Amino acid sequence: MGQQEDQRWSAGVIPYAQMGYYAPDYVPAGTDLLAAFRITPQPGVPPEEAGAAVAGESSTATWTVVWTDRLTAYDHYQAKCYRVDPAPGREGEYIAYIAYDIDLFEEGSIPNLTSSIIGNVFGFKALRALRLEDMRIPLHYAKTFQGPPHGIVMEREYLNKYGRPLLGATTKPKLGLSARNYGRVVYEALRGGLDFTKDDENINSQPFMRWRDRFLFTMEAVNRAAERTGEIKGHYLNVTAATMEDMYERADFAAELGSVIVMADLTVGYTALHSMARWARRNGVLLHLHRAGHSTYTRQKSHGVSFRVIAKWCRLIGVDHIHAGTVVGKLEGDPANVRGYYDTLREARVPANPGNGIYFDQDWGSMPGTMPVASGGIHAGQMHQLLHYLGEDVVLQFGGGTIGHPLGIAAGATANRVATEAMIKARNEGRDFFAEGGDILRAAARRCQPLQVALDTWGEVTFNYESTDTPDVVATPTA
Amino acid sequence: MRITQGTFSYLPDFTDDEIAAQIGCAQARGWAVAVEFTDDPHPRNVLWEMWGLPMFGLADPAGAMHEVRACRAQYPDHYVRVTAYDTSLGRQTTALSFIVGRPSDEPGFRLDRQESAGRQVRYSLHPYAADRPRGERYVTGSYRQNGARGG
Repeated sequence: MGQQEDQRWSAGVIPYAQMGYYAPDYVPAGTDLLAAFRITPQPGVPPEEAGAAVAGESSTATWTVVWTDRLTAYDHYQAKCYRVDPAPGREGEYIAYIAYDIDLFEEGSIPNLTSSIIGNVFGFKALRALRLEDMRIPLHYAKTFQGPPHGIVMEREYLNKYGRPLLGATTKPKLGLSARNYGRVVYEALRGGLDFTKDDENINSQPFMRWRDRFLFTMEAVNRAAERTGEIKGHYLNVTAATMEDMYERADFAAELGSVIVMADLTVGYTALHSMARWARRNGVLLHLHRAGHSTYTRQKSHGVSFRVIAKWCRLIGVDHIHAGTVVGKLEGDPANVRGYYDTLREARVPANPGNGIYFDQDWGSMPGTMPVASGGIHAGQMHQLLHYLGEDVVLQFGGGTIGHPLGIAAGATANRVATEAMIKARNEGRDFFAEGGDILRAAARRCQPLQVALDTWGEVTFNYESTDTPDVVATPTA
Repeated sequence: MRITQGTFSYLPDFTDDEIAAQIGCAQARGWAVAVEFTDDPHPRNVLWEMWGLPMFGLADPAGAMHEVRACRAQYPDHYVRVTAYDTSLGRQTTALSFIVGRPSDEPGFRLDRQESAGRQVRYSLHPYAADRPRGERYVTGSYRQNGARGG
């Protein structure tokens, strides 16, 4: 045994890097789970030691040497920080790349994965801040997850809707409507041309509207709208509740009433989402996820978990829809980052792309895609921007932009539908719809008064605030 | 009423040039264009009748438009749609589907309700046209002509 090996096992506290958690020569295996952390070490802590500490605390290590490590093949179970780069343009921040052996994780369990990777380490004193930027889920591990109960392709075939973004609206006001009035809003929005309406994240079962009453009145509205249009319509019935038993009771009732979709909030936790994903697959009901609460940990660039990681976890757990940003609406969302989230949710293979904040190649195998949902402060006048940034496999949700229409809810819905179809038509005809979007919308509005009124009302509304979270690398135009 | 299934039903009915432009876009993306028709517009009726096979490998909008016109001529009081199929791995599904012919009169649907316990209602969507045998559902034009001759 050499001198270094002797020191490794001396009782007391030694640097994590010396315990094997920093391994710059390590070549990650194809089966390894990889993580990119943004680390901000405390003054005086070398970045390699900080990276090693993250690797240690998120795998096998504790603060002191334990002889019981020697009862295990410890170098197999130790996570390895194999690379540390300064973060471009970010003084004092580094990107630490860490490899985890696949044996560290229970198959098909996001709670287990997250308890390891983000369980303890984010409060670690040697770091001023820590952010999980991205993860490479090896295909071997991805294959142990159910994934979306239906996915984008099945959803479109189920709904019989192709070739354009799906359209939705969140019922407003969020709180206070009686079940009967709520059904009125749903009916008007769906008969006017939307595909979906939605419970808001905080609509569960309050004194002003209990869940069962809401479900009954809403399904009357959904079926009446189908009768008026000959289309399949849906309303995301929110089954979020305090216990899994309550959630199953509500979801079962929604399925019994013939709803094509139910929803849950991210606040229910990963275990409950896994359960709901299985329920949705078993019952043939689409599962919509509202990412309620995520901004508490996704928004700040130096600390927390990037939404691109949350998106990955949610696709693995298995949701058919997830809110993923609008770019142009009222909520945080840098265009390049949002593009990265959308790729992560929809594509079969996502190559590393620093310009979009994607650190690793990700191979999803044949796992279906999750439909991203764009919701929050968007309106018909932005249709060319929405199609440009978000593409076609997306649910565009116009809450205020439908219900706030001066001519009424149905007119608002029609304006959004006409704007969507006109923009798809122009795109397919080969027009530069992004540059000519205003002209295309105005031409369509000449044959659709509700759209004209929508453009007159909201045409100039924008939300231009600087994003707090942007990729470090800015793509340089090559043309 | 106007049934609003399909990608473009909220726009005014397309001219043949506008239909050809959409077909050209689909073919340029490698999608197989097909023509289908039905006189059962229930939204759960997935299996519209196929007007021949999907036109795999055809990159000529005029050829596909010929089939659209022929189908519309033979089934004037039917719904006719153009679909484009994306065979690529991970999709293998319809990429575009829009109505290019519809009956002159669309009576629409009746919503049947069966009340049951606990305020529950079982809903069923019933196309009025389905009350008549297939092939006689939307023959309002010829039906009226025949009726006029008979009277």
